[in-house]
Amino acid sequence: MKVIGIEHIVFVSTVLFFIGIYGFLTRRNMITMLMSIELILNSVCLNFVSFNKFLYHDKLEGVFFTLFIITIAAAEAAVAIAIIINLYRSYKTIDIEEADELKF
Amino acid sequence: MNQGIILNIINSTFGLSAIIFFPFLSFLILGLSGIKSFKKYASFIGIISILATFILSSIVALEYFFISGKTADGFVKITALNFEWLKFSESISLNVGILLDPISVMMILIVSFISLMVHIFSAGYMKDDKRIKIYYSFLSLFTFSMLGLVVSTNIFQMYIFWELVGVSSFLLIGYYYQKPEAVAAAKKAFIVTRFADLGFLIGILIISYYSQSLDFVTIIERLTGESQYLNSSVAVSFLGVSALTWALVLIFIGGAGKSAMFPLHIWLPDAMEGPTPVSALIHAATMVVAGVFLVARLFPVYSLSCPAALDVVAFTGVFTALFAALIACTQTDIKRVLAYSTISQIGFMIFSLGISGYGGESGLGYMASMFHLFTHAMFKALLFLGAGVVIHYIHSNEVKDMGGLRKQLPITNLCFLFACLAISGIPPFSGFFSKEEILLAAWNSNKTVFFIALFTAFLTAFYMFRLYFLIFWHNKPSNSKSKAESHFSMIIPLLVLAVLTIITGFVPFGNLITSDGKILHSHFHFSFSIIPIIVAIAGIMLSAILFKTKSNKTENLNLENLLKPVKNKFYIDEIYIFITRKLVFSLVAKPAAWFDKNIIDGTVNYSGELTGKVSEKIKTLHSGKTQGYALWFVLGLIILVLVFAYIFY
Repeated sequence: MKVIGIEHIVFVSTVLFFIGIYGFLTRRNMITMLMSIELILNSVCLNFVSFNKFLYHDKLEGVFFTLFIITIAAAEAAVAIAIIINLYRSYKTIDIEEADELKF
Repeated sequence: MNQGIILNIINSTFGLSAIIFFPFLSFLILGLSGIKSFKKYASFIGIISILATFILSSIVALEYFFISGKTADGFVKITALNFEWLKFSESISLNVGILLDPISVMMILIVSFISLMVHIFSAGYMKDDKRIKIYYSFLSLFTFSMLGLVVSTNIFQMYIFWELVGVSSFLLIGYYYQKPEAVAAAKKAFIVTRFADLGFLIGILIISYYSQSLDFVTIIERLTGESQYLNSSVAVSFLGVSALTWALVLIFIGGAGKSAMFPLHIWLPDAMEGPTPVSALIHAATMVVAGVFLVARLFPVYSLSCPAALDVVAFTGVFTALFAALIACTQTDIKRVLAYSTISQIGFMIFSLGISGYGGESGLGYMASMFHLFTHAMFKALLFLGAGVVIHYIHSNEVKDMGGLRKQLPITNLCFLFACLAISGIPPFSGFFSKEEILLAAWNSNKTVFFIALFTAFLTAFYMFRLYFLIFWHNKPSNSKSKAESHFSMIIPLLVLAVLTIITGFVPFGNLITSDGKILHSHFHFSFSIIPIIVAIAGIMLSAILFKTKSNKTENLNLENLLKPVKNKFYIDEIYIFITRKLVFSLVAKPAAWFDKNIIDGTVNYSGELTGKVSEKIKTLHSGKTQGYALWFVLGLIILVLVFAYIFY
């Protein structure tokens, strides 16, 4: 049985990252876009943890950074949802295509 | 030298500066308060402030000539006040102060006196004018600038006040701004004198560069006699003429502009568009004598160090005197005749300075010039104020509308006659004495100038009496009994000036004002004055024959064709228009305007337009779609990743 190595984990995180990018660029629903952002963040977290474990296993910076990202992501989710609610109050929709008035 | 006098104004800073600042104060009060508030008292405020100035300057004159300035054999220069205002370098600084010497004391006396007369006269002449407050504030500004000019200690201070005189004359000439001619005349006066002032400024720069000073006393000290300053300024030459000569000629150009010397005289006849009392002020005491004063102020430098520049002064003066007198014989607008007579008389003063030497007997021309300035101020103010009464009565400037006014305007008639006799040089009127000295000075130094001046004196008598007869005789007096000379404020100045016109000739001028400050004992050759008197009487007789009564004589002479160029003022105005319109405008100004419009403006406009077009194109990137922006962001990220990958692997 093959041991799960760093390349597997990096592969998973890359896949997660591009799924997140794809979702962010194609979904119209703001909640779904927020979820895509969470995917991107989590792929980064995965990278940090795995590199910490496989390359510098006597250090803790990667783990700490991941904890920071989780905290920031929570705060960011709160802000994002507040924005979405406010947009919903003015536009009666959470479709991102409708909120396009900030332009030239 | 305090000899226990009661009023010691010369040594009091406040008293001296009050001479200049009373008119300025009245300018501020009248100019800054609203146009309608205390309008009735406008003339009162103006007259009071000038009266105070006049009283102070009379006291200063008495103190200077009899106590403070007097030494055993002449007068000293007193720098009464001198504040440093701007320091350009170690040696050159711009000071503001009051310099008292015989000519400046005489000038403050004349300026404040004539201005007082004009202020009083204007109270009657302008009493129905709506903008009388503005009129009086301008008049006060004019007086202030001229007083500041004559007491300058510093050539730059003089230049500042010089320009102020230009501005205030512009304001006064254009006072009737509803009339297009007045606006044109004001612009013309300002532009012509401004153009000449450029020469003055360059002259100041050259002279201050070589003498390392802007102070009059220092300049005169350094540029006369043997000194390194004089040597360096004479050593440098440009176009074969030394730097000092250039400087003095350029300064004289500034003076010629203000004093209306040929060919810069064109503004003065047009300046007649202003109110008549203003013309009296401009012609008698303020603006036009500024040029004479300037040359007189720097006279030691002209005379001792640079006779070539003084020759320029002399020939300009004598030519202008003759030229203007010829034109004056043909004009029909009474104010224009007086304007040309002013130009001619100023020409007398200028050439008299030009032929004068420095010190002693040979300095007679200088003394005569200042004497003529003094007497001319009186009788020319009288002539203009008299003309003002006539114009006020007739409501026209043309002689053809007048004639036979001697019954309606008896006092004016008499005063005008006195002034005409004075300007023609008939004893015992003041003009006789000063003109006599000028002619004598000319006889002693340059015979050509003397004969031209003698002929001009004949013309002067002729055209002045032509004017006098055309106004007051010529036609039969009408019997209308309308009261023309009702307003006492217009008659009092006339009478005062008439009395002065008679008596000022007896002032012992040689004891007061001379080129080197030493007393020049008066010498009066009666035998010499016979010819000028005969010439003047001949002029008067000729005009009496031609113009005293209406006749066909003038028509029979058929001089029309001969006099046409003279009547059209020798086409000088046309030449100016040709040069400015045809040559300067079409050859220089139009290409310059084209370059400015197309190249300069074009560059600016096109760059603006280009920016507009480009931003029009790229603004579509700002769609407002969040995901669009995110797409650009991701694409950029990918490109960066590829670039880094290429660089590092």
